[in-house]
Amino acid sequence: MRLSFAKHTLANGLDVLLHEDRTCPIVAVNLWYHVGSKNESPGHTGFAHLFEHLMFEGSEHHDRGYFKPLQGAGATLNGSTNADRTNYWEVIPSNALELALWMESDRMGYLLPALTQAKFSNQRDVVLNERRQNYENRPYGLAPMALLSALFPPDHPYHWTTIGEVADLHAVQLDEVQAFFRRYYHPANASLAIAGDVDAGEALSLARAYFEEIEPGDPVDAVEASAALTTDVRIFFEDRVEVPRLYLAWLTPAMFADGDADLDLGTDLLANGKTSRLYRRLVFDERIATDVSAAQNSREIAGYTQITATAAPGHDLGELERAILEEVARLADEGPTDDEIERGRVQAESQFVFRLQTVGGFGGKSDQLNAYNVFLGDPAYFERDLARYHDVTKSSLQQAIARYLTTPHVTLSIVPRGRVALAAPDSQRAVVS
Amino acid sequence: MSARVDQSPSGAGASRAPKIDRSRLPEPGPATPFSFPAIQKTTLPNGLRVWSVCHPQVPVIAFDLLVRRGASADPPGKEGLAALTADMLDEGSGDRSAIEMHEALARLGAQFDTDIGSDFASVSVTVLTRFAGRALALIADVVARPALRDDDFARVRQLRLHRLTQLRDMPAVVADRVFLKLLYGAHPYGHSPIGTETALASMTVDDVRAFHGVAIRPSVATLIAVGDCDHAAVVRLAAEAFGDWRDASADAVTTDGHLPAAAALNVIPRPKAPQSELRIGHVAVPRDTPDYHALVVANTILGGQFVSRINLNLREDKGFTYGARTAFEFRRLPGPFVLQVSVQTTATARAIEESIAEIAGIRGPRPVTAEELALGIAALTRGYARSFETAEQIARAVMQLALFDLPDDYFAQFVPAVSRVTAEDVSRVMTRHVDPARLTTLVVGDLDEVAPGLGALGLGEPVILSADPF
Repeated sequence: MRLSFAKHTLANGLDVLLHEDRTCPIVAVNLWYHVGSKNESPGHTGFAHLFEHLMFEGSEHHDRGYFKPLQGAGATLNGSTNADRTNYWEVIPSNALELALWMESDRMGYLLPALTQAKFSNQRDVVLNERRQNYENRPYGLAPMALLSALFPPDHPYHWTTIGEVADLHAVQLDEVQAFFRRYYHPANASLAIAGDVDAGEALSLARAYFEEIEPGDPVDAVEASAALTTDVRIFFEDRVEVPRLYLAWLTPAMFADGDADLDLGTDLLANGKTSRLYRRLVFDERIATDVSAAQNSREIAGYTQITATAAPGHDLGELERAILEEVARLADEGPTDDEIERGRVQAESQFVFRLQTVGGFGGKSDQLNAYNVFLGDPAYFERDLARYHDVTKSSLQQAIARYLTTPHVTLSIVPRGRVALAAPDSQRAVVS
Repeated sequence: MSARVDQSPSGAGASRAPKIDRSRLPEPGPATPFSFPAIQKTTLPNGLRVWSVCHPQVPVIAFDLLVRRGASADPPGKEGLAALTADMLDEGSGDRSAIEMHEALARLGAQFDTDIGSDFASVSVTVLTRFAGRALALIADVVARPALRDDDFARVRQLRLHRLTQLRDMPAVVADRVFLKLLYGAHPYGHSPIGTETALASMTVDDVRAFHGVAIRPSVATLIAVGDCDHAAVVRLAAEAFGDWRDASADAVTTDGHLPAAAALNVIPRPKAPQSELRIGHVAVPRDTPDYHALVVANTILGGQFVSRINLNLREDKGFTYGARTAFEFRRLPGPFVLQVSVQTTATARAIEESIAEIAGIRGPRPVTAEELALGIAALTRGYARSFETAEQIARAVMQLALFDLPDDYFAQFVPAVSRVTAEDVSRVMTRHVDPARLTTLVVGDLDEVAPGLGALGLGEPVILSADPF
């Protein structure tokens, strides 16, 4: 099983990754900029994501909205921002590849002449509404703000969420937008993947024609930061919810680092699906929780493992916490069973094959090639990535759990208004917005 | 193509391509022909339809077992029974416990899902090809031979009751649930599949067993297999797995239903909410309307894509929202036409006014322009092939044929049918099926803040509802 590709680096530093798959007459264009909310600073948060919105508002040579010509050609398109990177993609009929490259290159090379105060103000309003819809007006929606700010120190780039602080979004000015564009949105900080029904040679020629004229910017230095929790942090806040929810979070290794795959499989066997240990105990047998989940959130400069459980009515979060920590400790002491390791391996293999089914969109082959290229400089990493999961053993998984999940951590309780007693014991009130 | 790395020399000496023409956008070339997947069909002696599509690009196979009974088959007073039954299917079979069932699925690396709508329930499993036979045997255990044990029932029902409690906090879900009730009342489409607390509390495991017996049976089911497979093999495996599944006597399907007259303007108070969740619409048309393709085009232009009138107005012009859209929800009986948007509280009344004006406008006062029509048709037709890339996508598409009795050449006919739609068709079908005077508006938001603006809309006094009245 492999994800084949060719890689070329243009004279201006732009990486171009090409993958042929002629089965469906579509092509994916996927462009990553190696910038995310980790490149922001305190007081200036939410900027990378707001900028992503502005990329859809037109550029110098097509200043009439980004969507219209592409949707008219039959494309679907989107973009996203996270802490580490911003990606943009189009999936288009193969006859419209050139249009997509024209559009992507125009906004890479010529965005600023078309960027006005009016567009900026409008998209700031849209983003403030995105924040209201997805965080403020959603039950438990402010949990990420509380968790990240407790896990990472104030000057650490993972201390804030990608959506940003409301005050910062109000304060940001157009000249900061321009400076941000010049610093991060240039060929030497980007990676372009083209995958699908296309001749790789022709695609490379088109990529050169459209992108090589764009001036390279200054290289962007890697963001470095460290975090350590020396004592447990126990916090809570009240929310407009009917039932309390518990979040446990530990600092863990970064994406692709030693222990990352072990924790990925370890969190799966702890809390993903009905066969998982925590689901069986909390939801199936003891019925003290209505749901439980866990994930190793792998990021570029650090990771964090999170376990989340919602209490069944009549049960408090202290009960959930005790049961969860017992199961984590048992896994750390005894390790997984042979059957758990075997299931984890076949599930990893299946997921990797499933990922080969689509050329574009979030998580498609073009997105994967860019992820490996941007984070590791190695688009060929697909097979080695799968090997990381095959290499997990009972003992390596046990060691990772023992090393990373039996250490000081964050315990966050979100409780219904006026029901503070349902929080995990000895928690301090957190202020979130 | 194999992996190779060709690092161009950076900077000096690298030849620059000639400057390209940015004075106009490149025109797409001729479309690459695309043939839609051929569906092979066999019906087993018990009535189960077995349909397969060969799509061998990746060693994966996607199964969907569709049953044409959904939440609209809930008996009156038992709202939520179909969904609860669907939820109980994977809780063990024969001697196998719920956990053992999921361990078996996990050993196959299977992606497992159940889904339920008004008109259907489905079980979906995607696996590596080498596990196809074992996956099909498990699907048969799940669908045809679920254990339906009392203790599992108690647990699953309790989880669904808890879920209902949690949903009360989610403004979008509250809006969806109450809006359905306003539009449909006691009609089979008047409740969301999860049902109501009262109804769930009154159910017993015998209700589930009875419902499973009459509603989930081979003669209303279709097994769809898409992927790295051949039809004869699928039929053989299906016959082994489902051969014993006996058809029950036909259930009575409710097809009539009285529609209530809802107030024009309704509010569910959500004090201090930063946004108002809006629903605006009315009961419209069934899936089998001859106006289907014209309505799809009309909706695309009005609120079905990023560059739709509604989204450009409310998001890109006004900045009121993260996104706004409209949809005709096509079902076997007339489904709703609904506009949905979440807007900042201060913009509530204006957003309603603009939305209703856009809905009214497209019927005639502001007919679609030639450019809008061309763009809408192009968006629907030129990208059509991309809905047939993965085995799961194809299986989902084929499921629509089975659910709505659409012909085998439906996919091949879609592009020509949409391409024939004219601006007059759009005005005509929107006039026929959407009536601004019949629109019902629901607001989930901060009543104190929005009330003054609502009063000026001319929609009458708002009716104040509770989040959980049903």
